[in-house]
Amino acid sequence: MDYVKAFAVGGLICVIGQIVLDKTKLTSARILVIFVVAGCVLGGLGVYEKLVEFAGAGASVPLPGFGNLLAKGVKKEIDENGFIGVLTGGFKSMAAGVAAAMLFSFLASLIFTAKEK
Amino acid sequence: MRRHVGKQSIRFDLPPVIRAAASVVGPKEGDGPLKDRFDRIMPDMLSGTNSWEKAESALARQGIELAVDKAGLSMPEIDYILAGDLLNQSIGSTYAVRSLERPFFGLFSACSTIGEAMTLGCVLVDGEYADNIAAAASSHFCAAEKTFRNPLELGGQRPLTSSWTVTGDGCVIISSSGKGPRITAATTGKIIDMGIKDVNNMGAAMAPAAADVLIHHFEDFNAQPSGYDAIVTGDLGSTGLKLLKTLMAEKGYDIGENAFDCGVEIFDAKTQDTHAGGSGPACSAVTFASLFYPKLCEGRIKRLLFVPTGALMNSTTAMQGETMPSIAHALRIEA
Amino acid sequence: MDSSELSKKKYKNLVDEASPNSNVYRDCLKAFAVGGAICCIGQALNNLWVNLGASMDEAGAYTAIALVLSSVLLTGLGVYDKLGKHAGAGSFVPITGFANAMAAPAVEFKREGFIMGVGAKMFTVAGPVIVYGTLASIVVGLVYYILK
Repeated sequence: MDYVKAFAVGGLICVIGQIVLDKTKLTSARILVIFVVAGCVLGGLGVYEKLVEFAGAGASVPLPGFGNLLAKGVKKEIDENGFIGVLTGGFKSMAAGVAAAMLFSFLASLIFTAKEK
Repeated sequence: MRRHVGKQSIRFDLPPVIRAAASVVGPKEGDGPLKDRFDRIMPDMLSGTNSWEKAESALARQGIELAVDKAGLSMPEIDYILAGDLLNQSIGSTYAVRSLERPFFGLFSACSTIGEAMTLGCVLVDGEYADNIAAAASSHFCAAEKTFRNPLELGGQRPLTSSWTVTGDGCVIISSSGKGPRITAATTGKIIDMGIKDVNNMGAAMAPAAADVLIHHFEDFNAQPSGYDAIVTGDLGSTGLKLLKTLMAEKGYDIGENAFDCGVEIFDAKTQDTHAGGSGPACSAVTFASLFYPKLCEGRIKRLLFVPTGALMNSTTAMQGETMPSIAHALRIEA
Repeated sequence: MDSSELSKKKYKNLVDEASPNSNVYRDCLKAFAVGGAICCIGQALNNLWVNLGASMDEAGAYTAIALVLSSVLLTGLGVYDKLGKHAGAGSFVPITGFANAMAAPAVEFKREGFIMGVGAKMFTVAGPVIVYGTLASIVVGLVYYILK
């Protein structure tokens, strides 16, 4: 059952992105920024976490889930370390994903070259 | 001004001859409908170099050398090279001619560069400042994507109105003597901007520029579209060509049967996934050199109006929300 | 060419009429299928880590890392852009799209050197996501701190 929920919710979030892409001619970079900010705001309100509880990876894998992670992280840091958490929370929570992407992308640039299209 | 005609046109007293035309293209173009007509098809996009930019210069140099060769001339007999491309500061052309050691005019008119090069080349030849000139234009899909769109490996969708930058170089040799079709007149376009901002719909931005130069050409020479066997635009693509026909019809000119677009001819949109068609400076240059020039030589086309089109924005102006100024140049070529 | 505001408006309408539109239904179906599938893979990975004894938060982080690694590999092999051509948002909205956005410029700009090429260009698309994500988290944090 958790796979069905993950597929449906994750798929639907992507469909929202696709409709925005086809209808508004916004670039994918803009859509990604909007999704992350939206996820962060919804996370701040505590709404997105309910979606994650319901759909698991279906809500956490799409980019709004990334935004939600930032909101969760900033709250946790403030609870634990006080005001400084406002600045450190977001960065700390995205550290694993972003550092992994940097490392793997760097390694990829050593091994691969862009293929002709 | 005795050879200036009407508002935007010139005629040539001793019409310069297009003595030869050569085309060198990439593998995708070599897979398309014109595959048997190109002079040379590169086996891969790097063409023996280690970057897309160097590959474009290699193509461009080969195109010029091949055209000079086909004209039965040697490089020192070329008085001027006029060439341009899309890359920043026109490096595609400058690196291409670096080893050729000929006087060089680097031009920029985006995808209409070959039109600008041929017009100015004719002025040099008809003005008796040169006997032979080489006019060339090049582009490279991967280099263009990298320079002003996205890295090649970035996943994304291209809208149906977008076009595919042609990889290749087209070069013509224009001479005061020799055999071949003659360029008898030219109409130079103005910058036309009808407020189109969508960089994925360049055909729509350029169609009004093509219409404007065509209308002025017809008015300046008191001519009609029916007086031409073919009116060949540069890279309007399927969307832009449709718009051009509508715009011309509004002004009372029916170009329907005789209108062709190089961007539509060069790829098979259905099987090659090129959406609206080909684009880039090489698009009109290689299509003219491989498809229309031979027909003029064989007399299967007697009078042709060649109208390369260009959209003259860059990625900075696009980010600033500017509209796309466009241009088109017309050349009357007679067998 | 008459370039008055009125005729520009008229021309814009003409362009809208002449320009083919994307098939939104087909695009959405493909985005749904691919986006859903990527999330399912994420769910399977999540379950795997939890079964191996990870906490929910740890599992999430490991899943993100595994998805990022696969996406970077597919990008390097020249496959991810082909997926993106069909899946559209289905492949750029999941975290794998974010990784693709970093890996694609990295492999493209290696010829411009490792500092200003790979190092700088890696963030052309991912940079804005990190910047505005972080800014949004600061705003959320401030509000949370004040209301707490």
